[in-house]
This record gives sequence, structure tokens and C-alpha cells, in this order.
Amino acid sequence: MALLLQYTLIYASVLLLVALGGCFSEHSGVINLGLEGIMVMGALGGALVMKSMADLPALLMIVAVVFGSVLFGVVYSLLLAVAAIHLKADQTLVGTAMNLLGTAAATVFVKALNMAEDASNVSSSIQYIEQKKAFSLLKIGNFELSWFMVLAVALLVISHVVLYHTKFGLRLMACGEHPQAADSVGINVYKMRYAGVLISGMLGGIGGIVYITAGVSEWKFENGVAGFGFLALAVMIFGQWKPGLIAMAAVLFGLFRALSNVYSGFDVLAALPLPSTLYNMFPYMISLLVLAVFSGNSRAPKAEGIPYDKGKR
Amino acid sequence: MGEFAIEMLHITKRFAGIVANDDITLQLKKGEIHALLGENGAGKSTLMSVLFGLYQPEEGKIYKDGKEVEIRNPNDANDLGIGMVHQHFKLVECFSVLDNIILGMETTKGGLLKKDDARKKVMELSKRYHLQVEPDALIEDITVGMQQRTEILKMLYRDNEILIFDEPTAVLAVQEIAELMQIMKGLAAEGKSILFISHKLNEIMEVADRCTILRKGKYVGTVDIKDTTPEKLSAMMVGRDVSFKVNKKPAKPGRVVLDVSHMSVASNRHKKDAVHDVSFQVKSGEIVCVAGIDGNGQTELIYGLSGLEPLSNGTISLNGQDVTRESIRRRSILGTSHIPEDRHKHGLVLDYSLENNIVLERYFEPEFTDQFGLLKRKEIREYAQRLIEEYDVRSGQGAISVTRSMSGGNQQKAIIAREIDKNPDLLIAVQPTRGVDVGAIEFIHKQLIAQRDAGKAVLLVSLELDEVMDVPDRILVMYEGELVGEFKPEEITIEELGLYMTGAKRREQT
Repeated sequence: MALLLQYTLIYASVLLLVALGGCFSEHSGVINLGLEGIMVMGALGGALVMKSMADLPALLMIVAVVFGSVLFGVVYSLLLAVAAIHLKADQTLVGTAMNLLGTAAATVFVKALNMAEDASNVSSSIQYIEQKKAFSLLKIGNFELSWFMVLAVALLVISHVVLYHTKFGLRLMACGEHPQAADSVGINVYKMRYAGVLISGMLGGIGGIVYITAGVSEWKFENGVAGFGFLALAVMIFGQWKPGLIAMAAVLFGLFRALSNVYSGFDVLAALPLPSTLYNMFPYMISLLVLAVFSGNSRAPKAEGIPYDKGKR
Repeated sequence: MGEFAIEMLHITKRFAGIVANDDITLQLKKGEIHALLGENGAGKSTLMSVLFGLYQPEEGKIYKDGKEVEIRNPNDANDLGIGMVHQHFKLVECFSVLDNIILGMETTKGGLLKKDDARKKVMELSKRYHLQVEPDALIEDITVGMQQRTEILKMLYRDNEILIFDEPTAVLAVQEIAELMQIMKGLAAEGKSILFISHKLNEIMEVADRCTILRKGKYVGTVDIKDTTPEKLSAMMVGRDVSFKVNKKPAKPGRVVLDVSHMSVASNRHKKDAVHDVSFQVKSGEIVCVAGIDGNGQTELIYGLSGLEPLSNGTISLNGQDVTRESIRRRSILGTSHIPEDRHKHGLVLDYSLENNIVLERYFEPEFTDQFGLLKRKEIREYAQRLIEEYDVRSGQGAISVTRSMSGGNQQKAIIAREIDKNPDLLIAVQPTRGVDVGAIEFIHKQLIAQRDAGKAVLLVSLELDEVMDVPDRILVMYEGELVGEFKPEEITIEELGLYMTGAKRREQT
């Protein structure tokens, strides 16, 4: 039970962080389908920090890892920002390209790194058994509270405040709803959209490192992040682009993802004649179902996906 | 301090190929309401865009309070106290009224929004200028009138002294227009200077102090309203005399073309029928007008007739043939033309070229498609060019202009050309003169009457009382989805018509 709770919360944290990232980007008017790729890059950044600075004290380690993920995520999301905002590219295509590139680039990079250290090592894995221990805040029996869960909750609160109680949030959302209106009152739509996309790179990057440290102590970058970026998009839509609802949706999806890790610990579930792969499929099937049922009446930011052009009537 | 709040002297603005503003001078006195009159494409919008900092003029100077200023972008304009109510409101629909007003000028405390002072200021302004709004209502939930008041408050909240209204009455109901006129007078009385862009002469006569007239990018003149008449103004605007009275011979109704019997259309919004048990006929050689206040089922009636919405009850027959269940294209082929109410939604594909829009209802005919299913582009181009010429549809690049770039009046002319040239038996025209200028209105009315005289049946839906009284041969009044009266224009007064339209009176159909 404690394990289920722990896994639920950690996966929910991942989904929450990434979905919040998507939420900022979309509220600014840019659809971020590249979250999957951003997560991979964020994960890579964090993993590299762990690999290269293995001896840091725990607190410093956390800060450094988060910083590495944020840096990689933000830099990578610049791709989307420049293409979508400045070059007015199709946001769906750019996002898809970013997802393909993210996993591939990370794999190539890690392989090259491994081979440089040991020519016979052609794996795309990075190990962080020891370093990972820094993220544990406290343990109660089997349950391990992670610093990342705390961070996720903190960022949830901050996101809510920023979106609904600051000048920045009001302006950001205006750009996603009616950029001409924002422009007419002197708001720089391009700037706000850059901000939205880069924030999504930041949160997506953190989500990436939380995901790969959630259940295992080494990560094979060939695997990417197994569609978690897309799950996060589903969470965002299910959460109606609102941080509070997104948090609830994240817990729900996190629970289903956690089940696949720990279902064998429950006698009732283990006794069912169901293959384990079915549990692995759960979150994805649920997201399909949820989107089919709910996406019809959800209300996306009105101007999202449309490049802003000052001249157009 | 000089007499003028804003002076725009000898402004010239060129775009590739055309001179949109040619040596135009506009002087706005402090505290006056100054109308800017001109046909579609006369250069009003360009001039206002120059004043608002969206365009830089090639020649000419702008003075504010006697000092020369340079306006490079809307922020500069705002700093100079120039505000504008755009024709299409710039409001974020899912924000509250208050949030829309403060957007861009937010007050914060410790980084967080602090709306108390803003709310107080907005409510004070609201009271002082009689601009009634609900500060916490969402824009998407309030009336168009209140949205416009929000836009006005937005300018006042920014302490703008010079207020530009870009065709503000186009979107309003009759009653709201009267209200807006009062508000504008109130603003001017408080010392605000107002530029009022319009092509509705009666409104200009009622509210403005002076009027500057543009024609085809050139300055025609500035006149004092008290020394002029609507006829003089329109002659200056169009460059010739325009007849307001529609000249027509008596109708000679022939056979029944459209026969509607017990028609009902369900409503999208509530349980009651939007159109309930309506029966009427339109004969060849007559114009029948459906009159009524907006939202009384006229839209749904036309949706039912054109095939955009299914009927919940009743039948429609065209030339004696039952078309109740026919598709939109079948009805079109069988002889129905439809000039839709919303030309952007149902009339045009805005990002298509003009020629593609013109051939949109006929491209599949052998005349325009060969035996392999390929479009005959040459024939389409020739056809479009013929219609463009015949109906005087003006655009930047002729047949290949993107329709979105054309002015509203010319978009409407393109639709009218397409629908009339199809040579229909039944022409349905829904508010065909909405948002177009005086010259175009005259043209459209003439076309409708020409169609009638050619033996077509014309069904007109109109909200403009002048049009209802002048154009048709028969008037049907619609109220809450039902027909409540039928009249000949000569046997009823506007006042009496109003009573029927507001539901105060009704009589069974004769």
C-alpha cells in the first residue's frame, strides 16, 4: 500500500510538472507537442549532472540536478519558440520533430559519451544508484517521500499564483486567448509567448529527471520517456488548462501508472488472470478514454496554435 | 494651448500600387464629436491606423495640442492619450470585464495583482459616464452593448482624451445605438474629443458637430453638421447624388415560387422552437420582407429554408416541388440563391481568392469542370472577371485577390454577384446591406428590385426599418418565432410596425 502511494505520488509529480509546463505554453498561445522531447532532454541534463558530479552533498546535488534539467529543457524548448513564434512554423510539426529528435539525440550523445570512456561500452544508459539517494527526503516504513514531490507541489502553488494572481499571468493568458487584444493594450505578444514556451521547457525538463529517477537507478535513453509527455498533455486537457484540476488529473493518471509497478503486491490483483502488460497499458488506455469523452467540451485557449501576425485583420 | 486636440496635416500614405491616403487633413477640436465619413475603401481605416501608430505616413505631420508628435506604435498613441474602440472588439472572452479593462495597466502589490483600486476607478467612471457594466461578468456572457461599454471604459481607464470610435453602431441593436449616442454626447460634454467613423448619415447628423469626408483616398472637405443635410453629405461622399427613396414600379406577382407550410425549426439554445408553425408564400415578381427585431427566429427561418438546419415540422416547396429534405446543393441547383446573414461564416471562404469564391457554387458544372474532374481555370478566371466588372467589385489584385483583404462592402458585392448571376427562381437576401456604405446600399436595393422585375421571387430579411418600408411589396412581421402580421408597406406606419415587432400587437395572417 505504501509503495502504491509512493509510486502514485511520484508519477503524479512527473505528470503534474510536465502538464503545468504545457499549460504555460498553451496559455501563451503555443501548442507544445514537444513535451516528450523536452522531458528526454531534461532527463539527460539531470543525469549528466549526476554522472559528472557524483560526490556532491545531498542538497547541492538536488539543486545541481534540477538546474541541469532546467537548463537542458529550456535550451531545447528554444527550438519550438524560435520556430513557432519567429518563423511562424506549424506548431504540431515542430513539436513532433522535437520528440523524434529528443530521444535520438540523447541516445547518440550518451552512447558517444559511454564509448569515449570505454570503447566496448555501446549502451545508451547512465547509472545513478548512489546519487539518486540524495532525492529522498524522509522514509516512513516503505514509503519514501521524495524531494521532487515537494518540489512539484511547490511549483503547483507557484503556477496557480503566477497564472491567476500576477500581471504576468493575466497578460500571458490574454496572448493565448486574443493576441490582437493584448497587442492593442501594449503587450508584446512575441515576448509573452517566448516566456510561455521557455517556462514549459523548464517544467518539462524537471519532469524528465523526476521520471527517470522515479523507479529505477539507471536509464536507457533509447527508451525516451515512454509517452509520458503525451500523457501529460492528456492530463492538461483533462485538467482544463487549470493548475488545480491538472493536479487532480495527475494523481488519477499517476495511480494507474503506479498500479503497473506494484499490482503484484496486491493479492486481489495478482490473483486476477491478467497479464502484466495490461497494467502497463492502463494509463494510456485511460488517457484515450478520457480524451474521447472529455476533450469535446474542454475549452482550450482560443488562439493556441495560430502564429501571431501583427498585420492580419 | 491651441484650439485643436489633434491635427493631422497633409497625410499621405501609399501602399504597393495605391495611394490609400492622398494629402488628407483632419483637425479635431477639443470637446467636439467629429465624424469621419467615407465609403468602404475611402481611406478612413488607413487614416485612423496612422493616428493610432499602426502605419507610418510617407508625408504629413501630426500635432497634438499644437506640438508636433511622432506616433510609431499603439503605445505611443496611448501615451498621447489616444484610444480606440475597434470595430471588432479587442476583448478576451474568458476574462472578466474588469480584467479586460486593466489588462496592460495592471496595478500590483508585492508582485500580486491588486484590483481594488482599479475596481473603484472603473465603477466611478462607469457611474460618471453612464456606462453600465458588471465588472465581474465574463465577456462571453454579456451583451454586445455591454462589451462595447467595456471597450469605452478601457479607454477612459487609461485617461485617454481622444477617443476614436470605428463604426461603433454596426454591431448594435436600435435601442443600444440611441444609448451609445447619449454616451458619446456625455463624453464630449466632459471635454473628451471624439472621432466617430461611420457611414450612417442619420447617426452623424444626430451626434456629430463637424464631419470630414473622404472619397477614394482623397480629402473632400470638412463641414459643420448644422449647416448641412444628409443629401449634401452623401453627395460629397459618393461624388454624385444618391437617391434615398427607392424607385420601383408596382409589383406584378405571378406564380407561387416558394411555399412554406407549417414550418418549425428547433432552437439550439432553448427547448422552445426557434421558428414555430410558420406558413407563407413568395410569388414570382414580388419582394417579401421578413421584418422583426434581431433574434426573433429570422436566422433560423432562413437556416431552415436554405437547408443549413433541418425542419422539425412542416414542408417547403420550390416551384411546386417538395424540397424539405433536399441537401443545400440540391436546393441551390433547383433555383435557390442565398445571400447569407453572416458573410464570413456562410458566404465566403476568406482565405480563398476572389475567383474561387465567385465560382464556389458552380465549380462542378460542366462549364467549369472538364470530363476528367479537373477545374477549367481559364473559364473560371474569365467568369470571375466578367462578374467583377458587371458588379463593380473592387479589390487590390482583381480575380486573384485574397478575399480576406477586401473591404466588407466589396465582399458583399462579390456574394451578390455570385448569387444573382446564378439566375435563381428564389433569391433569399438576409440583411444584404448590413455594414455597407450608402452607395453600395443603393446598388444592392436596385439589384433586388431588378431581380423582382425580371420575374424572380425575392425574400428579404431586414432589421433596418427604412429598408423594410422602402424595398418590399409585402411585409411579414416575425415575433418570437411566429409570424404575427402581414402588411403592404403603404398600409402601415413605422410606429405601428414597431408595435408588431415588439409583440405589443398581433394579427392572424390573412
